[in-house]
Amino acid sequence: MAPKLHFKPCLKNSSKDALLPPIGEQLPSHLNAFLEFMGNLGLFALRAARRAFLPPFEWFMIWQQIGEIGWRSLPLVLSSGFAVGLVLTLHTRSTLIRFGAGSMIPAVQSLSFFNEIGPLVAGLLVAGRVGAGIGAELAGMRVNEEIDAVEVLSLDSFKLLVIPRMIACILALPILTVFMDVAGIAGGFLAERSASHISLHLYLNRAFALVSWATFIPPTLKTTVFGFIIALVSSWFGYNATDGSLGVGRAATNSVVVSSLLIILADVILVKAIFFLFPDTAV
Amino acid sequence: MTTPDVAFDRVSKTFAGRAVLSNVSFEIAPGEALCIMGRSGTGKSVTLKLMIGLLKPESGSICIHGENLSALDEDGLSRLRHRMGFLFQSAALFSLFSLSDNLALPLRRFTKKSSQEIDHAVQQQLDDVGLGNDRYKMPAELSGGMRKRAGLARALILQPSILLADEPTSGLDSVTAREIDDLLLNLKEKGKTTMVIVTHDICGVRRVGDRLAVLDGGSIIAMGNIQDLQKNDNSLVEALVSEQGCHEH
Repeated sequence: MAPKLHFKPCLKNSSKDALLPPIGEQLPSHLNAFLEFMGNLGLFALRAARRAFLPPFEWFMIWQQIGEIGWRSLPLVLSSGFAVGLVLTLHTRSTLIRFGAGSMIPAVQSLSFFNEIGPLVAGLLVAGRVGAGIGAELAGMRVNEEIDAVEVLSLDSFKLLVIPRMIACILALPILTVFMDVAGIAGGFLAERSASHISLHLYLNRAFALVSWATFIPPTLKTTVFGFIIALVSSWFGYNATDGSLGVGRAATNSVVVSSLLIILADVILVKAIFFLFPDTAV
Repeated sequence: MTTPDVAFDRVSKTFAGRAVLSNVSFEIAPGEALCIMGRSGTGKSVTLKLMIGLLKPESGSICIHGENLSALDEDGLSRLRHRMGFLFQSAALFSLFSLSDNLALPLRRFTKKSSQEIDHAVQQQLDDVGLGNDRYKMPAELSGGMRKRAGLARALILQPSILLADEPTSGLDSVTAREIDDLLLNLKEKGKTTMVIVTHDICGVRRVGDRLAVLDGGSIIAMGNIQDLQKNDNSLVEALVSEQGCHEH
């Protein structure tokens, strides 16, 4: 038999209540709205986590989204990685040579990219391209009643539209990060080669001399969290869009701004977590 | 006594404190075509969305095939929706899928048909609405009238016993509007399908509808067949059921 629960009588009219209004009323409206948003986002994430492992699995949609999110982001990631790699070498070269550390240029390049630049820049680029796309696409579907049409056909709109985008983002980002790293090192090599005529073999030897699995795998895998954030935030804004075409634009903008901000905040936490789990990388 | 396919009993619905429907009651018999007219924003589309469970009423009960929607769980609602088709005002075709995939999606999910049978059913349905040669087109490539016809084909693909149509002829020229009416009329003549059509098109009502309900201020102010409503002295009802422009049909 279930135990009986005893509640204290309601103290609605006590003097304590008169002095202290409800917590929601004490907070400034912006903070209140922020906490409400974070709460809703958390519930949305829980719903996604619960449904992601339940059949039916939308393989076709997942595959389609991997193509849309991963494959179509590749040119942007490769060109940006190459340019950032080239500029990074141009900037660091003079300083390192002044301190007699010219031979460290490839190692600085590779460690910078593997540890931070590759994951973070790939995450921010995908947040810009894909986040806006997901936000606008889902908001457009909401406004055009496509999401209602999915529900009317007894299909689970969340599983059909949100989960595939989440899975695709989580899978695509680490792969895009690896491409970003490769493009960055290629850009760095080109800059160094034009200045010092270093051979590719020597450059790669120096670049990978200080690289271990611990400096490559954890930072690359942290981008799965970035992918989750991008898909979660932009899906939330898109799925809950209102106000017609105005809402579509707002969903796209908010998706990029909020997911970029959360990626940077998450990066701080994840870097500390990696240092904690792999102390060698913190040296 | 037969159970009505659709029964509204004192249904009320509010949005942001504004009553859109208040204490609305009506019944629709199996095989009947009920048209709903009224000014914009009087709750016509809301009535359809309540019928299919996309919205929930604040009070009152809605029964479809004798089952109270409020008492159904997710599975029960899903089962009931298999027997209903919904033509959206914007057609709401899935923009990511081709026309044939739009129609095939519910068949793949809810029937045990082979891919060949699904292919055949899709082709048949598209032929019925005159889009047999457009099956590989994407929704963005279709005109407004084609989208409406495609939306109708998708709504009928599971052979529902109740069809809900939200302004099936809005935004279309009179010729295309009559083509849509022909499709609905054809469906009606085959029998078995109960239809609820929200419309502003009195010509379509005259051709397809058995009864007409006029909504205003959240209530049904008149309900009956066209002949009955022509005798109604309410100015809104008079304006809505006037025969102007329908003679050629």
